[in-house]
Order: sequence, then C-alpha cells, then structure tokens
Amino acid sequence: MSRTSQISGDAAPLAFNEKPVADARPPRFVSAGTQSHRLSSGGQIDRKQPLGFTFDGKKMVGFAGDTLTSALVANGVKLIGRSFKYHRPRGILTAGAEEPNALVELRSGARREPNTRATTAELYDGLAAQSQNRWPSLRHDVMAVNSLFSPIFVAGFYYKTFMWPAKLWEKLYEPAIRRAAGLGKASGEADPDHYEKAWAHCDVLVVGSGPAGLAAALAAGRAGARVILAEEDNRLGGRLLSENGEIDGKPAAAWLADAQREIAGLANIRIMTRTAVFGVYDGGTYGALERVNDHVAVPPAHQPRQRLWRIVARRAIVAAGAIERPLVFPGNDRPGVMMASAVRSYINRFAAMPGRQVALFTNNDDGWRTAEAVQRAGASVAAVVDSRGVVPEAYRGLNLRQLGGVVSEVKGGVDGVRSIVVRDAAGRTQQIETDCLAMSGGWNPNVALSSFQRGRPIWRDDIAAFVPGQCPAGMVMVGAASGDFSLAACLREGHAAGTVAAKDCGAKGKAGEEPQGDDEGFAIKPLWHVEGGKAFVDFQHDVTASDVKLAQREGFESVEHLKRYTTLGMATDQGKLSNVNGLALMAEATGRDIADTGTTIYRPPYAPVAIGALAGHHRDENFHAWRLTPSHHWAAARGAVFVDTGLWKRAQWYPIAGEKDWLESVTREVRAVRSGVGFCDVSTLGKVDVRGPDAGTFLDRLYINTFSNLAVGKARYGLMLREDGLVYDDGTTSRLAEDHYFLTTTTAKAGPAMQHLEYCRQVLWPDLDVQLTSVTDQWAQFSIAGPNTRDLLKNLCDPAEDLSNEGFPFMGVREVSLRGGMRARLYRISFSGEMAFEIGVPARYGEAMAENLMRAGAEFGVTPYGTEALGVMRIEKGHVAGPELSGTTTADDLGLGKMMSKKKDYIGRAMAGREALVAPDRQVVVGIKPVNKTNRLRSGAHIIPKGAAPGPDTDQGYLTSVCYSPMLGHWIALALVERGRERHGEIVRAYDPLRGEDMEVEIASPVFYDPEGGRQRG
Amino acid sequence: MRIACPFCGERELGEFTYLGDAAPVRPTAFAADGAEQPDAQDLFFDYVYLRDNVAGDMDERWYHGGGCRSWLTVTRSTTTHEIKAVRAAAGAGAQKLAKAGATS
Amino acid sequence: MRYSIFSLAKAALSGHKGWTRAWRDPQPKKHYDVVIIGGGGHGLATAYYLAKEYGIRNVAVLEKGWIGSGNAGRNTTIIRSNYMLPGNTGFYELSMKLWERQEQDLNYNTMVSQRGIINLYHSDAQRDAFARRGNVMRINGIDAELLDAEQIRKVLPFLNYNNARFPVMGGLWQPRAGTARHDAVVWGYARAADSFGVDIIQNCEVTGFARDQNGRITGVETARGTIGASKVGMAVAGSTSRVAAMAGMRLPIESHVLQAFVSEAIKPLIPGVITFGAGHFYVSQSDKGGLVFGGDLDGYNSYAQRGNMPVMEDVCEGGMALMPMIGRVRLLRQWGGIMDMSMDGTPIIDRTPIDGLYLNAGWCYGGFKATPASGLVFAHLLARDEPHEEAKRFRLDRFRRGAMIDEKGQGAQPNLH
Repeated sequence: MSRTSQISGDAAPLAFNEKPVADARPPRFVSAGTQSHRLSSGGQIDRKQPLGFTFDGKKMVGFAGDTLTSALVANGVKLIGRSFKYHRPRGILTAGAEEPNALVELRSGARREPNTRATTAELYDGLAAQSQNRWPSLRHDVMAVNSLFSPIFVAGFYYKTFMWPAKLWEKLYEPAIRRAAGLGKASGEADPDHYEKAWAHCDVLVVGSGPAGLAAALAAGRAGARVILAEEDNRLGGRLLSENGEIDGKPAAAWLADAQREIAGLANIRIMTRTAVFGVYDGGTYGALERVNDHVAVPPAHQPRQRLWRIVARRAIVAAGAIERPLVFPGNDRPGVMMASAVRSYINRFAAMPGRQVALFTNNDDGWRTAEAVQRAGASVAAVVDSRGVVPEAYRGLNLRQLGGVVSEVKGGVDGVRSIVVRDAAGRTQQIETDCLAMSGGWNPNVALSSFQRGRPIWRDDIAAFVPGQCPAGMVMVGAASGDFSLAACLREGHAAGTVAAKDCGAKGKAGEEPQGDDEGFAIKPLWHVEGGKAFVDFQHDVTASDVKLAQREGFESVEHLKRYTTLGMATDQGKLSNVNGLALMAEATGRDIADTGTTIYRPPYAPVAIGALAGHHRDENFHAWRLTPSHHWAAARGAVFVDTGLWKRAQWYPIAGEKDWLESVTREVRAVRSGVGFCDVSTLGKVDVRGPDAGTFLDRLYINTFSNLAVGKARYGLMLREDGLVYDDGTTSRLAEDHYFLTTTTAKAGPAMQHLEYCRQVLWPDLDVQLTSVTDQWAQFSIAGPNTRDLLKNLCDPAEDLSNEGFPFMGVREVSLRGGMRARLYRISFSGEMAFEIGVPARYGEAMAENLMRAGAEFGVTPYGTEALGVMRIEKGHVAGPELSGTTTADDLGLGKMMSKKKDYIGRAMAGREALVAPDRQVVVGIKPVNKTNRLRSGAHIIPKGAAPGPDTDQGYLTSVCYSPMLGHWIALALVERGRERHGEIVRAYDPLRGEDMEVEIASPVFYDPEGGRQRG
Repeated sequence: MRIACPFCGERELGEFTYLGDAAPVRPTAFAADGAEQPDAQDLFFDYVYLRDNVAGDMDERWYHGGGCRSWLTVTRSTTTHEIKAVRAAAGAGAQKLAKAGATS
Repeated sequence: MRYSIFSLAKAALSGHKGWTRAWRDPQPKKHYDVVIIGGGGHGLATAYYLAKEYGIRNVAVLEKGWIGSGNAGRNTTIIRSNYMLPGNTGFYELSMKLWERQEQDLNYNTMVSQRGIINLYHSDAQRDAFARRGNVMRINGIDAELLDAEQIRKVLPFLNYNNARFPVMGGLWQPRAGTARHDAVVWGYARAADSFGVDIIQNCEVTGFARDQNGRITGVETARGTIGASKVGMAVAGSTSRVAAMAGMRLPIESHVLQAFVSEAIKPLIPGVITFGAGHFYVSQSDKGGLVFGGDLDGYNSYAQRGNMPVMEDVCEGGMALMPMIGRVRLLRQWGGIMDMSMDGTPIIDRTPIDGLYLNAGWCYGGFKATPASGLVFAHLLARDEPHEEAKRFRLDRFRRGAMIDEKGQGAQPNLH
C-alpha cells in the first residue's frame, strides 16, 4: 500500500482546498463535424476512416476503432436509455461488458437485437441503434411518472397488493406490469442469420489478454504448450489499451505491440479475439462465444453471425481482470456519472472526452489516475473528492482542487450532470460545476469463472473485495482477477502460471524472462453508502440503498433472499456492478461482517449468450437428422406421402390421380393387398444379428417365450418385458443356423433395444458366448402380401426355388436365389394376415428391388402400400403395435399371457407376478365396433358403461388404435378396456368430449378379419 | 463431462447414455437347481426399485452408444461430477483389456 | 401487518420504516407436536395447512439454509393439472383449485397467472395420446381443449410453420394452467404459517433422528441441538435419500439434475406456457420479461445443482426449431436443481415403516405445481394418520404391489420420466 497524506489533519472536519486550479493545457477537441468531444490526437481509432451511424434516427459520425458508446461520447451524447422500473434517464456508466444502463436495440427488422450493450458494440458504417423502454421518446417518456410513485414502488411492493379482486390480475394488473417490464423488443421474426458450433482442444486456455493473460500466454507458448488465448474484445491488451504504464522499460503500448508480434510468431498459440469464455463445465470443457460478424451490418454470404466454441483444456489460466465498483450516493445514476476507469478508457483508448470539466469521487488511490488522464488530455478537473480525505503520494504533484468528504447530491437533467454538491464530515456543503462525475468505489476481481462450480469467493479486507475461492479443477486465476491489481503483480502471476501450466502439460521448452512493470500501490477505505436521496445499488433494476434496508427490515436477510426480493443483481448485467455493494449494505444493516454475509451463487453464462448460437444449425428442417428408407427415392418419385416415424421418413400412402383424400388411397391399397398383392418397405424395423453357441440361451433369457427350441429355418414371434414385468417390445426372430439368429424389433425401439441387448450380454450374462451386431441399416426389407404373393415371387425368384406351402411353409425362413442370381433372404411371416413373405436384400438394392417387385407383380396389379394401409390391416387382424405397447401393459393385457414360459427365468418374469399386474380388473385389449355402422370412431375416446355418468369411477378404458376397415365396411378400433375379455358383445359408450362425440359401441374380439388365420397359412 | 472409454479414448458426454447405480446385482427367479425362488419377488423388488442414491463416489453403468457400444463401469462423484475410474463391463472385452495390460 | 394498497400507501408516508419481518426468527423450542424437515414450498405449505385446516399450531419447519433455497427457488414456475392417470388427475386438480384462491388465502400476491398451457403435437400418435389425456381431464371436470394447426397458428403465430423438421399439427390446451412467482409462494406460505404461530427456523440442518427403544421417532438432531417432536414429516425433495438414510431407509428414488434457463428481459413476446412435442423444450415468459425455459434431465445422478453443455444446447436447439424468432434473444442465466426422481415419475406421500416418520418425496420435476395440494394432503396425513382422499394412490408400497402410476410408461428408469 502506498503512503498517503491528509488533505488536512486526520481530524474531521476537513478543510476544503479553496485555491483556484488552472488547466494544465488548453483542451484539444476536434471542432469539425458532429464529434464535439473528440480529442484531436491519441487513442486507437483511425481518424482516416469516418463511420456514419444513427442513434434514435439522429445522424452522427464516429471513427473505425470506436464502440457505439465511445462514438456517442465523442458526439457529446449523454442520454442513452431509461431504467427498468422508474424509467429514470440513464447514460453511459462503463466501457465494458458490465454496462447496466447504455442498452440499445441494435439493427432493425428481423435482425433487431434488444438490450445490446452499446459499450461492447463495435461501430460500423451505417449502424442504427434505438433507445428502448421509453414512449413516446427518450427525452419525453410518459412512464417516467413511475418516479412519482417511487415512494410506493419500493422493493417487493407488488407482493403486497394487486390481489383484489382476484380475476383482475390476468385482466388488468398483470398485463400492465408486463407491458411496463422488460426492456427492449425482440424482433418477433425468425432470425435470418446462421450460427455455428465448433470444438477446440488445447493444453492451456488463457482467458483474457491483459498484462496477466499476455504474460501467461507468452510463457506457456514459449515453453511449447498448445495455447488458446481468448479475448472478448476485438483486440489484445485488456486494460493496457486504456492505461499508461511501463513494462520492461518501454511504454505499455510498445510492449503490447512486441508481445503481439511474438505471439503471432508462435504457431502453437491460437489467438481468438471477439471470443468471450462464458462458462466452465465438467472435464475441463469451457463454453465460449465468438462474435464472428457482429462488427459488420450483415454477415457475409456463407458466414455465421456467431460461433459457439466448446474448448477442452487441460489447464486454464483466467486473467479476466477486475470490474470497478460504483459508489452508492444520491443521484449516482444521472447521465454523466461514469466509472472512473471508463473515463480513462474513453480518453486513452478512444480519444473521446466524457466531459470538459470532470469531477472525481473516489475512496481509493486508483481513482486518482483519472484526474491525471483528464489533465493529460487537456480537459479540466473540477475537483477530486476523496472520501478518505487523503492525497495518495503518487498524486501529490497534481495541481488539483482536492476535497475531503462525499458527493451528497448530483444536479442535472436528462442531458446529464450540471453540478455536484460535496459534503464534508462536518456537514458543510459546497456546489461544484461539472459535466461529468467520475466515480471509483474500488475494484471487484472478476471471479465469475472461478465460482461456476460453486467455489465460494473469499473476502479480503485490505482491498475491500472478494477474491477467488476454490477454483474448478485445472483452473487458476491470476492478476487483477485474483485481487492483485498492480501491473507488476499481473505480469508476475501471469508469467508464473503460464510456466507451471505448460510444465504440467509436459512442455519442455523455456518460458523466458518474466516481464517487469510498475508496482503501483493500491489503498482503499470502503465507503458503502452516502445518505441523502435515491442512491442506486442496481442501476438497471432501480434497486436503491433504502430497498436493501427495507428487505432487511422484512427479514429477507440472506443474500439470496435479498436478490430475489429486491431483484438486485438479476438484470442483464448479472450484478457485475451491484452485488458487492448490495451485500455490503446488507452486512451494514444486519451488523454482520461482509465475509459472513457471503455472496449469491454465481451462475453461467458470464455474459449473456444468444440462444441462436447455442442452437447452431439445429433449426428448421435441420433440427434433427433425416433417415431415409432404402426405397425412399423410388417412393418419392411415385408421389408417396411421407410420415415422420422417429427420425425416419416412411411412405404413408401412395395417392393416385383422382383420389380425393388419404382415406380413399389407403382403402384402395388395403383392398388391392387383400384381393391381389402389394408390398411395403419395412426396413425401418430394428434388426440384430445374434451369433454364437449360446445364442439360443441368450434369447430364452430375453424373451418371455422360448427360442432355443426353434428349428433352423423357422421364425417365431417373441415378446420382451422390462425387468419391472411390463411389455417392452415385440418382433419376429428367425433361426438361420444352429448358432445364428436374426432378431427384429419395432421401429421405435430399434436403438433402445440394441442397448438393452448389449446390457444383457455384457453386464448380466458375460458368461454366455454370443455376439450381437446391429444390421438395421444393412438390409432393405419388403413385406409382400396378398393372395397373389406366391405368383409374384415366382416371377422374382429362380424357378428352382420351391415356394409351395410344403416347400416354404408358414413361418419358414431361408435364403433364395432371385432371377439373375442375386441372393436374398425370404421370411414367410405375415403382419397383414394375408399370405405374405418378407424379402431382404442388401440395403443398396432397395430401389432396384422396389422396381423388380413392380415388374414381377405387374400382371397381378401389384400395389405398393404405405404405413397407413399396414396399420389398417394389423388392426383388422387385431395385432398389437405402438399404441398398445404403451409401457404400462402386461403380456396378458395384450392377450399374450399364454406365451409366458413357466419353465425358465427371463427379464421381467418375477416382477410380472405382482398382485396389481395380475389383477382381474385390468384393462385388456379388445375390439370395438360402432353400433351405428356409419359412425366414425376416434382414438383417445374413453369407454363408459352404458347408462353411467362419465366420471373418474366410470372411466373403464380408451380406444388405442382406430381405422376404417375396407373389409368390414365400417370403422373399427382396438381398445384397452377393464375386464374386456369377459365383455365381448356388451354395448358401451365411446365418450369423446374433446371432440363433442358420444356414441354406442360394441366390445368385440380384437381379431376382426379371418379369425381362423386360414389366409396367411394358405 | 468427459469419459475415457477404455477402447475409444476420452470422449464427450454426448456419446454416452446413462443407466444408473452399478451396485444392484440381478437375482434370478430360479435357484441353481432349477427350483423357483420363493422370495424372488422380494429380491427383484429390491433390485429393480431400491437405490442407495449415493451422494459421493458411485460406480455407475454408462453405455458408449456413440462409439464402441461398450457398457462401462464409471466411478464418479455425484456431488462434484469428477470421474475417478472407468472400467469395461465383464462382457465388453474386459479380459482382453486385462491381457493387453499384462503384455504391455 | 395485513398487506394491501392502503397499508402500502400508509407505510410510504413513513418511508416504509413501519414494515416488520414477514416471518419471525425464533429460537427452536424443546418440543413440537410436528416438526417438518425442509423449508421449501411443500414444507411451509404443510405447516400452514396443519395450522389452518387441522388446528395443529405447535409446529416447526426446519431449513438447513434459507427458506426456498431448494427446488422451490429453482424451477420454471409452471402450474397445470393436465394429468392422465388415476391418482394424479384428482390430486393436481386439487392443487390447481388451491392455486386459484391462494393469494386471498395467504394475503400475499404470489402472481398466480392463468395464461394457459399448450402441449403441441406433431404426429397422429401424439394427437391420439393427447386426446386420451384431454378426455380424462374433461371426465374429471378439468378444462381441456384439443386445438388443430389452424387454431394454434392463431394463438401462436410466431412458431415455425414454414420449414419445420416436425411440423406443428395441433395442441392440447389447458386454459386454467399458467405460472406463479415461485419465491413469493415460499414467502407467502412462510408468512401465513408464521401468523398461526408456526416456528420457521432457518440455518438449522437436520443431522439425525432421535428415537426411543422401540425405534419410534422422538425428534431430530440438528445443528442447533435436539428438537423433540411427536411426529416428523420429511419434505426435502432433492435430499430425500440422504435424510432417509439417517433413519436407515432405502427408497425408490434417484437424485438427478434438471437445468433451467432464463433470458434477458424483453417486452411481452410469448402469451402462456408452450411445450414442444418433438424436442425437449418448454417456455413461458415471466412478468419481469425473461423467457423462462427448460428441457430434459442431464440424465445422470447428481447432487451438484449444475448441469453440462449438451443439455443446454439441446434445449436451445428445441427452442430454435420451434420458434426461430428467439435466435437473437440472449440467455442470461442457467442453473440446475436436484430432482427427486421416483421410479414411476409420481410422488410418494405416506407413512414410513418407522413409527412417527412421514414421507413427502419423489416429486420428479412436477413439485412446484403441486405445492398447495402437497401441503394440504401431507398435513392431512400428519394430522389424521391416514392418507387424504386425493393422495391415497401415492403410497410407498405401490411399487411392491405393482400399482405404479407411470404417465410416461417408462418403467423403473428415473432419468426417462
């Protein structure tokens, strides 16, 4: 800490220093153009590149290198926005991502971005920004009347009123509150820009490129580690861009230039500017947002607006700096009151002068830098007010009006500060003319990234700030972010951390010399609150010091209660400026010290991230992948209508000219199959190759029925349960050889079932010698059904193949030769209830096979059919499918109880026996027919006994699957109905209040068509 | 979270699916001699439904469906998400790994 | 002090110096008739109804941190009663009815806002499932409408109707559903319970159970000493297994992390609650203006109260697929809550095998909407030693009997519910 001297002895009252102060040099403003507050020299802007822009329609000019706020400062604009609750006029408070006030709607139309921090928006030619949360205009905002009600609109006032009468909440109070709340307006249109996602891997991730970050990157890079240097700004340097200082005997700017040159020369260091690391996740994964094209009006063709990075780093060095803390005093929110460090940024980096007569209010040494900067820029310093009543040694030389005491009032209007009132310890006041008040309440290390995994920051009295606690694994915090503010310390810690991190990652090279910088001292005496008028703690949310005290009075003493009750820290700045002041005031009010009061939990993201960036390309038709069946393009060429089943696109039906609706097409397809022959692509069913000496045993343990006794060349229907005894999945499994089975699952369960099978094999029964291969995508499989199926196959297969009932009986399976010699697998299984086969060929022949089937069946009028006709035929046959396999039905509910083997253990056997799962009153599968055959049935209608009033006790089941049966000539359904099997023939109600329908229906057998099954065996 | 699959190397969370606690061991409805377990329902009830739900280190079943389709046993802290060990399930070629380890 | 616009105006004259604590900060007594572990919405509501409906006022609510610090303060504030299965339907409708008169009951504006919920469907199968569900609701006297694509387009014109991977075909609408201000619910119940003499004791973690020689619970060991109790109720969703373990119980529950997200505040954009049927995404807009949204569980057991990127991305992908207008709206905060995931996705409210110990758990991610009814039926159980009519199916032994209440049909796989 540096030695300081009293302005006048320790004992208050402090005398004002009345000696008049002369300006060091005449001001050097550019008078030309709109930039009334632009300095004629200095700064990192390009005066040769003027950029035109508008704010609320007013045309202005700035320079390349400006941000929107630096350009506005240069143009003398003070009023930028209105606050959330009281709609108080607000200006520019900071020069960084922590800005709570200068938020604008950037761009227009579908690209309008609400709540954009003007401090981080890079200026581009033609930039258009609008102020927000005001009506009709920024200067004259009607809602400013809220200020008049501010005595009532205190913290949490809304919890105490708006309760009578209850119904008025949605009608009156809430709509009014909602309209008033919020800040900017979203465009309401689809975002026209693209976003990308990418991965990056490195040894050492360095976050921030100030002196500490640069020193770290240089050390790790020289040593040979793979380094990523991420900087949220558009150029490297951090505070070096805004401060004056010396490193290695050179001016900071010169050292920075050298450092950049060296880094650019190191191939193992990747520089990522405009990239903000917003979060740290498990396993050393860091989330970062790269603003690829936010600095231009519209992204160039084929380029994303932003890119989401997932950076995997073995070590991370966080040099995120510190954020200057506001002072809480009456009028501290007026336009023209600005953070002292921001004033320096605007002067030194942007050559923009926030005021011509700058006053400074500080409680620490660092603030004094601003007085120096203002004078060096040639503007005058109205006064320096140091609440400590001291002049740091380093600033003794400055020729300034120096005052002890506090700023107790700020006078001015929408156009900003006109004067301040300074009050000394004796209560004596003095008014000082000024057009910009710079304030410094000390510095808060930027601990966010260290705290996202619930590491709690630690309070340090000497700097009156929280420093990082336990960091996530692999992360260290250095420099100002760790509470060491001097340039020397930043360079030292950065260099050391870079050296260690590189070594940890196995880098062998030398880290080079540690850079040397000034070791300025930092001394602070906290000043948490100046009594008087409205003193703001959370600027954007209008939380005042008295709100914090009110919360304490009402018992909201935990910092989390304070936050939630007053909304302190919940604004778009995420409390970067307000949290510490808020909890300090709470500590004061409760008499606890700040360390015990603690902080709220830090939550990612560190800075707000566009939702579009987190989604990347996963939107519109690319939200999820498409899976196309092997015959997709063939079906598409025939004008098939497709349906999404999971990720699959399946042909739903094949309309032909003149058909008026889907029902007509589907009915035709069903009739064609039942009277002739048709085929359907069923390749989406899950297919698993099961091989090994223990394959049979494996399947016996998996299914409720037995497969070890299945003859080679035969197929069998099987049912699987979950371990809790309820039905999991079904399908046919064929035995192709002694040790080779071919298992099928439903389309929906293809993935999960494979995982389940592998679990059983690898975890439950590793002793079994069996191997599983998913072959779903390897086979194009078609179901060929109808009385003419065998005739079609004769045209398709080698004449030598015996397809007779004897040569190829029902449920038979074998490999056959097709005409032309190609081999295929033929399965005589039927889902439709017709004489049917399934044929399987390698997937790449899918389209060719579809064409062959058309040719082979031409003479029998072969008809391709889709999933609807497939569904109609399975309902007519009473086969259960998805709607019946609901995850809550037992084998017996589905009428398949007889399949449950008593002779063996299998998945789900024991739990299936629980009392409620074998209760006699369970809902079981039945068929449903309308009494009035012209009535249409609907899935989801419920079954109510005839004459009973619909109610929880009379709801006896519901219709699961419904279709129009071309064979029966009326609508039919499958349903789950209480005790249904005993009730065939009973008339009940199908009750469907949602669609205003209520009809009498008859409970029947679920098998509507060919109950003897003669057709499929024929 | 990143899991070091013994077959594929370190991979990102999205490649894996989670089943749960690896501690419960599946009983059988039949004793070795083929006789039905009288208390099978109790044993299975415990296996299927009851969990220690450990707050701390836990052995878990993870499936590398986005990679080699191996079932893995992962020792992970449920309070910090730190992964302490990853082993292949017995039937996922654990022996092969052991051999490889022995020879190398 | 009674809250009203008049008391506010009066207080304003004295610079709001007149307000007193919303609830007292008492020292624990030696013994209570009922001790409730857990100062969340459920625990505080239980205490409130014990005092108000059952006249049991010698009650303490013990909270290890600050009240509402668990899932009551980490949810997406949705209230609805669009359930399908017996047991759930009546219970959640009871809750909805209590929400509808909560503010007047508690004299606290919990901002119950019935702006409706629409569950979108994108396939015939989903429509049929919603039809089944909606009809159950109507049969049980609950409001429900089945909307087609055109009707949806009228109320939600901003959805993607042009080039969606899974086009919107319609939705199931419950007009009475909506949201409530989660913290206010906690504070409202706390203040109202306190006004009946209930002791709310914060920073008082339970470290064990006191039991007599018969094993009966006689009280709890806490950070602030032993507190005697005739009956102890657990309402500690998220920590249920840990507390139950102190009593030697294993339960059909796993703890999983569920993330939630809030955007920067913007002017009104979204009318009610919307759920996407083809991805993991649901959203509403708070009165403050933030879009509050969420999606699926991270999928692994966790007590860490934070999630990882894959789910954050998955949720935002769902959001962009459904409403591409939110692309430039910024995510402000993400957090994670610990869900008490039961083995069938349905809560457990019952006596335990241990005499004097009662269980309220297994809320999965449906706990917030259940707060009032959960409090009422748990109070009933504690007062009468028998389940409330609307909670008689939430018994602990339903898993042994095979009487699961599994709305999603996923079975004993908590991370799938």
